[in-house]
Amino acid sequence: MKFWDWGYTLEILPALLRASIVTIEATILGFVIAATLGLALAILRMSQNRWVSVPTAAFVEFIRSTPILIQIFFIFFVFPEFGIVLPAFAAGVLAIGVHYATYCSEVYRAGLENIPKGQWEASTALNLSPYVTFRDVIIPQAIPPVVPALGNYFVALFKETPLLSAIAVLELMQTAKILGSENFRYIEPITLVGVFFLIMSLAAAWLIRRLESLLDRSLRNPGR
Amino acid sequence: MSDKANGPMVRFEKVTKRYGALTVLDALDLEIAPNEKVSIIGPSGSGKTTVLRMLMTLERINDGVIHVDGEPLTHMQKGGGLVPADERHLRRVRGKIGMVFQHFNLFPHMSALKNCIEAPVNVLDLPRKEAEARAAELLDMVGLGDKKGHFPSQLSGGQQQRVAIARALAMRPKVMLFDEVTSALDPELVGEVLNVIRRLGTEHNLTMLMVTHQMGFAREFSDRVCFFYGGRICEQGTPDELFGSPRQERTKQFLSAVLEAG
Repeated sequence: MKFWDWGYTLEILPALLRASIVTIEATILGFVIAATLGLALAILRMSQNRWVSVPTAAFVEFIRSTPILIQIFFIFFVFPEFGIVLPAFAAGVLAIGVHYATYCSEVYRAGLENIPKGQWEASTALNLSPYVTFRDVIIPQAIPPVVPALGNYFVALFKETPLLSAIAVLELMQTAKILGSENFRYIEPITLVGVFFLIMSLAAAWLIRRLESLLDRSLRNPGR
Repeated sequence: MSDKANGPMVRFEKVTKRYGALTVLDALDLEIAPNEKVSIIGPSGSGKTTVLRMLMTLERINDGVIHVDGEPLTHMQKGGGLVPADERHLRRVRGKIGMVFQHFNLFPHMSALKNCIEAPVNVLDLPRKEAEARAAELLDMVGLGDKKGHFPSQLSGGQQQRVAIARALAMRPKVMLFDEVTSALDPELVGEVLNVIRRLGTEHNLTMLMVTHQMGFAREFSDRVCFFYGGRICEQGTPDELFGSPRQERTKQFLSAVLEAG
């Protein structure tokens, strides 16, 4: 038996590439949830109203302190008992998105807390509403400095997507497992999955660096 | 409402502000007439900046009431009595007041023009075109007509402070507060900012309240000077009275110390 079978590699490649689309979709959708919900959590956690800030902080700590795999199982297997039935893909994306939202919220919080007090005071003096203050004054200044940290979580989230194979989402890992068991050869499919993640992670890191320098120029030092 | 027409523009009534055990302002009574220019001087820690910050609602007061333009600012009428103001009431009355800060506090990610239209568009609901035209006029008035597209980081301290003045004026306040607006500036940039304030004083119907270390400017510009000491008004009067013949020992000490420092 050959150590590496190129014929088999070429045979399974199309199926793996199709599955990689699912992985990329799950990553992007999951991160959209993480980035938007994370910002909302960060803002709620800063609220002056303790009835808002304390439950938000508790939720963030709870999600961050329990394993993501359990959360995926919970949404997929337990939610249906309360009448919430989600397809495997949706359940998995939601779980990963919410989990990473709590990490992102801490990143946003650091960015928000770094805004000088004078910016808030000027907004009050100009009578801007809290909504306009966040939208036009605080968030545009808070986000550019935290883009690198958010980017790291984007890559981390991407690397967590194989967990979705645990609830049989036909993403890359699950597909590789099925191909392996059908053909009794695991080395090629599993290796290809690893290579795919390596290439995509490096590409994503490069893109994030580009985005970072772009934001740096246009927002952090406007006009320079 | 003759009270509104003839009464003071700003009235502090037994206003107390404490930070923990420290009493910063102690039952302050202060009235400022419409169009009056009042300077507040005093040693640091005397509570003078706190007066402006309370009026701008950046600090909550512990006791007393502040009235602006004939109505309570810190409180509102409810069931025949005064109760602490809610956010809606604050937002309405606060609109009569504008403030310029020691450190400018311009929005660094917005051009000079954008800084001056942000609030008019979002708070006064002015159409963008109208807000831009008015902001351009104001920037012209402060001598920065050619810097509309510049960002704060491209402007000198004096220019930034003049944008900040234009930004506050764009909200058409009745009362303008100036909190040590030249303290963060290099000496050669102080004059250009004071010139703008001088013009405001003569060309606009504004009640002005300023905390300043520029004794010369306070003397020349103000209708009245208040010397704060230990959270109270220790002495007040016309500039000639206060600077020319101070009555209180503390005032004399403070003025001679300031004059010595140049």
